[in-house]
Amino acid sequence: MLKIIKYVIYDILRNKILLFFTLFLALMAFSLFMMQDDPSKSLISLMSIVLIIVPLVSMIFTTIYFYNSYEFIELLVSQPISRKAIIMGEYFGVAGSWVLSISLSLGIPVALYSANATGLILLLSSIALSVSFVSLAFLVSVLTRDKSRGIGISLIVWFFFSVIYDSLILGILFFFSEYPLEKAVLAMASFNPIDMARILILMKMDISALMGLTGAVYKKFFGSGFGMIFSTLVMLLWILIPVVFAQKIFKNKNL
Amino acid sequence: MIRIEHLSKRFGNLEVLKDIHTSFGGGKIVTIIGHNGSGKTTLIKCILGMVIPDSGNIYYNDSSILTGHHYRSEIGYMPQIGHYPDNMKVGQIFEMLKDLRHNGRILDEELLEAYELKSIFNKPLRTLSGGTTQKVSAAIAYLFDPAVLILDEPTAGLDPLASEILKAKTLKARNAGKLILITSHLLSEVEELSDNIVYLYDGMINFHSTIEELKERTGEKSLSKAIARIMKGGNLA
Repeated sequence: MLKIIKYVIYDILRNKILLFFTLFLALMAFSLFMMQDDPSKSLISLMSIVLIIVPLVSMIFTTIYFYNSYEFIELLVSQPISRKAIIMGEYFGVAGSWVLSISLSLGIPVALYSANATGLILLLSSIALSVSFVSLAFLVSVLTRDKSRGIGISLIVWFFFSVIYDSLILGILFFFSEYPLEKAVLAMASFNPIDMARILILMKMDISALMGLTGAVYKKFFGSGFGMIFSTLVMLLWILIPVVFAQKIFKNKNL
Repeated sequence: MIRIEHLSKRFGNLEVLKDIHTSFGGGKIVTIIGHNGSGKTTLIKCILGMVIPDSGNIYYNDSSILTGHHYRSEIGYMPQIGHYPDNMKVGQIFEMLKDLRHNGRILDEELLEAYELKSIFNKPLRTLSGGTTQKVSAAIAYLFDPAVLILDEPTAGLDPLASEILKAKTLKARNAGKLILITSHLLSEVEELSDNIVYLYDGMINFHSTIEELKERTGEKSLSKAIARIMKGGNLA
């Protein structure tokens, strides 16, 4: 498996798309920090951009990468290598490249301008977010053989978690506004990795007061040690569950 | 060496393989013939573990191939159309496979040298012609000196000289006790190479016999006529 990871990372480095994205993200982070004197404000702008762009790019990149490596995977399947080693090698290769990319592109500017707990949480949740969308992309890619359909489904999944899901929550809040829904919303948020990352970062930013009662409930929950453990666990599940399913499906896939 | 028991596979509504039951032993060249879509490639892919059968089992030296992958270190596979990673160079693909599967045995680089592939080691695989890609595939199949060789329409894209080299190599491998499974539409080639013939018809094995038996049973002198007679007349029985 290690050898496969090595070839995947080597391949991704050579294809330069991820390299370009890393530079782009770093450039954006640096310019946001330089435009403002107050780094915590820059951090908020950075967060809103990162929460949209990182899931989108990691998901689409991974899907396209997987379909483009189909020949490589086919070749490996006819060799004395287990299917599990093949799919996990591919996965760790892609996920590892993303961890590296985000650590560099966000890690360096954040370390220079905002080296505190908030910055660290932003960095860690961005990494977790990219890896969980890599997992989702693997699940989508093993489900269908058709590349364009796979990319389409990936886009829909991203759009669902970025836009539709929040609208649904807002709708529920609106219709049931007479009921105390804070805890229900809290539960619903954990079914969306992007919401999870957003809440985690906001809680560390001390602007939860702006969010009214809901913010207070969140603060009480996520500010506690239990809340931190809970959210870390949920993020881990968002990484693990899709890739476990992807691996199970791949094991019985006809190539 | 390879034993197939009641193997069935369907893709959606299409039953591609129906209750295939046969076995192949070492030191033989077995040719699988049949119409387009008769299930030849699916059968091969089942043996390779690329397609998972719905029911039935395949054994390599008496252990089921469905539960492990180590048996594949004894198989060399030459696909009908070789698909290789686009941005890799010819040399890199050989280096990578050696890195991934080298088992300490002496590498068989005869085809590599006969096809002079080392001179194109710096060419990216996507720029190769169909025939050259086939040469690369053939060299890869033989490289690790496996006990079983599976060649899916090996000579379809090769020039006459290259086919002759491959045929000679295949006969040599047979004489060294290896099992060679070939699919082919070229009957002259089938007659030249095979010891046994398997005729797949509609996903079922119509017959599995030696060339002599086949000629005897149909009463024809040439293999092509014997096969033509069977393809027209359906069953041998």
